[in-house]
Amino acid sequence: MNKDFIEIRWHGRGGQGAITAAKIVAGAAFVSGYAGVVMAPTFGTERRGAPVMTSLKLSKEKIYDLTPIETPDIVVVLDHLLLNEADVTHGLKPGGIIVLNTPMAHDAYHFKNYRLATADVTAISVETGLPHGMVNAGIIGSLEKAMNLLGIEILIKGIEEEFRTRKPQNNSRAAKIAYERTITGE
Amino acid sequence: MHIIENGNVAAALGVRLCRAGVIAAYPITPQTPLTERLSEYVESGDMKAEYIPVESEHSALAVCIAASSAGARTFTATSANGLLYMHEQVQWASGARLPIVMCVVNRAVGAPWNVWNDQQDSISQRDTGWIQIYCCDHQQIIDTVIKAFWLAEKVSIPIMVCYDGYILSHTYMPFDVPDQEKVDAFLPPFKPEYALDPDQPANLNTVTLPDVRVDVHGELAHGYMEIRYLLQEDLRTTLKAAAEAEQRFAQHFGRGGDPFIEPYRCADADFVAVGMGSITYQLRVCVDALRKEGIRVGVMGVRYYRPFPDEAIAGALKGKQGVIVFEKALSYGYEGALASDLKSALYEHLAPTGSLPTVQNLIAGIGGREIRTEDLTQTLRAAIHERISKEPHWIGLKL
Repeated sequence: MNKDFIEIRWHGRGGQGAITAAKIVAGAAFVSGYAGVVMAPTFGTERRGAPVMTSLKLSKEKIYDLTPIETPDIVVVLDHLLLNEADVTHGLKPGGIIVLNTPMAHDAYHFKNYRLATADVTAISVETGLPHGMVNAGIIGSLEKAMNLLGIEILIKGIEEEFRTRKPQNNSRAAKIAYERTITGE
Repeated sequence: MHIIENGNVAAALGVRLCRAGVIAAYPITPQTPLTERLSEYVESGDMKAEYIPVESEHSALAVCIAASSAGARTFTATSANGLLYMHEQVQWASGARLPIVMCVVNRAVGAPWNVWNDQQDSISQRDTGWIQIYCCDHQQIIDTVIKAFWLAEKVSIPIMVCYDGYILSHTYMPFDVPDQEKVDAFLPPFKPEYALDPDQPANLNTVTLPDVRVDVHGELAHGYMEIRYLLQEDLRTTLKAAAEAEQRFAQHFGRGGDPFIEPYRCADADFVAVGMGSITYQLRVCVDALRKEGIRVGVMGVRYYRPFPDEAIAGALKGKQGVIVFEKALSYGYEGALASDLKSALYEHLAPTGSLPTVQNLIAGIGGREIRTEDLTQTLRAAIHERISKEPHWIGLKL
């Protein structure tokens, strides 16, 4: 992975908060020296529950190309059932990372040429007192464990800021636990 | 302070910083989050303004016209068919010389129905007597909104601040939000020369005869033609005022540049790509790629479309071999409106030199058709290599 320019594609469902999660990572990256961060949601007619995608580009320099990501370094999948509904590895660079929220074991999956990182973020989030299905803070912990880019502390700070009126501690704890429990298969 | 937000929020923050007193708007995709955000600011007390929800865009601008006539700093925003529905009031606002600022979040017009980005909406309002400024990123959106209020009030002409729907309106990126004190220093409160006053009732813009006549005060008053002539004259001198706005802004906020055009790697270029809005930033990536192949190409963004900065554009293109104009709109039945205007400027200013660049016209991204950077680079390379046979040429057409 070229750490000067990283492309992360998020797969979630409408209403699941993938955009908020991407925004938190964007903010943490920006204060960590990524002068160019661009986050572009799928444009048009989002519906609650329908598969949605968000592009997040992190660059050390200003980004002039706002087009959607075609060859991501990392894909983040907020719901393992999306594997049946969307081609989440489409364009993923060889050796790229799949960050997957799933209740299944890491070795239940076999992705050729890709690195897989899994955690049951749904269960972790419930464990920390969040409503069922609120996984967008927790998944950030899994992403950081897999990419090892920004450090979990700055992301925790971003999470508590973003969720300052909506259970900030529960959200940040979900991210911390997810970070610890994420299995990267290495 | 830098924040990461979408383009609609950048616009809303700009309007809040400018202390607009009256906002009237009707929501339409992709502008909706902008007006929603403003209504939240007013509701929470973060912004002291009258937010007037209306039943249509026509009424939105009618409310702005009335509020502006009464001396309030006014703002509205719209997109696509909403702007078209306003059209009568759009003409009225400029004829009445009201300094209203309106964001146009560019979107394709129906039929067929389409909510995605192109620039047909604002381009179709080219001849309404409004100033039109196009933005390429969120910093330009918030800065342009602030400059727009100053300029509109300076020249008494309304301004459309245009930015690409979704591509800018819904995309998040970092930008600097200026301090309130600095904006207050840059933009003093709006004090119009004349404002409606219930104690001194008056009719405004009533039937104005073809010829001049003596008014109720015994003074010779302009006829319709004089009033419209002055709108044209003042729009042309707006170019000077726009330069002043840019200079003032740079003094207060420490950023800015050429107000009219944004050239990139043009100085030694043989060929220059030209466009308006976010596509010109995307073209920078194409230019960088082609430069690596040894092709001497640059890109120039046109920021002001009306008044048209013909001298600045012709000056920047002097001595170039070819100009390739990319547009997200069309004057149906001929070619892109920017291409026509640009040719006219080149003919006017460069024909006497005996050296005119060739001009090619490419249409892209109509109705939100994705413009892949690779395709854009390929098209630009091909247009430089050999003149396109049929123009305007539509990029990515699947027929």
